[in-house]
Amino acid sequence: MIFLWAFIIGGAICVFGQICFDVFKMDPAHTMTLLVVLGAAFDGLGLYDPLIKFAGAGATVPITSFGNSLVHGALQELQSNGWIGVITGIFEVTSAGISAAIIFSFLAAVFVKPKG
Amino acid sequence: MANNKRKNLTAVQQEYKELAKKREPARPVSKNCVRAFLVGGAICLLGQGIQEIFVHYAGFNEKEAGNPTVAILILISVILTSLGVYDKIAQFAGAGSAVPVTGFANTMASAAIEHRSEGLVLGVGGKMFKVAGPVIVYGTVAAFIVAILHLLFNPNALGGK
Repeated sequence: MIFLWAFIIGGAICVFGQICFDVFKMDPAHTMTLLVVLGAAFDGLGLYDPLIKFAGAGATVPITSFGNSLVHGALQELQSNGWIGVITGIFEVTSAGISAAIIFSFLAAVFVKPKG
Repeated sequence: MANNKRKNLTAVQQEYKELAKKREPARPVSKNCVRAFLVGGAICLLGQGIQEIFVHYAGFNEKEAGNPTVAILILISVILTSLGVYDKIAQFAGAGSAVPVTGFANTMASAAIEHRSEGLVLGVGGKMFKVAGPVIVYGTVAAFIVAILHLLFNPNALGGK
């Protein structure tokens, strides 16, 4: 069942992005930025975690979950280390995504010849 | 603001703008949305599959499995970008391949590969974040603001200290 909801919710978030492209004539950078900010705002309101529980990867794979993880890191550190957590915690949870993207992209650039 | 911009144009330029607007082909919005839905959903389905594998065979719990899943998806995306396959998927899927985290990795990998000729430091290192940079900057600022709001309005934000 979780597979079905992952497909539907993940697809729906992508449709939202497509509408930003086609109807509001936004470019990919603006669309992704908007989605990340929306993800952060939703988590701030406590709405993103229920969505993850409901749709699994349908909520964690779209870029909105990046905003959600940034907020999560900050709030976690806020709980454990006090107010300084606002600064120290932001990248705590997103480390995997950002590190992986940087490292793999760098290796690709070193070893792959550009095409086209 | 839009009106101000208009005033600065000559009559001919305004006429041209009107003409260009009329001639612009209508975007097949519904078709694009269906494609975005199918491909985006499929990528999330793949993510769910990878996550289940981590949960059942590597002893992660549901929450911990999210991070390695994202890392694997990013690896797949970078490999497909290197082979030139991801761009072809993107042409078909539009936002369906741009919105998932794989699209984020794709923008970084393709920018890094594209600017390789400008050098490893200024080309690869400097241009890698051309599209991903704004995403990280606004995500971080938004997270900061949300955290501050929690600090101000949620009495439990500090964990009872």
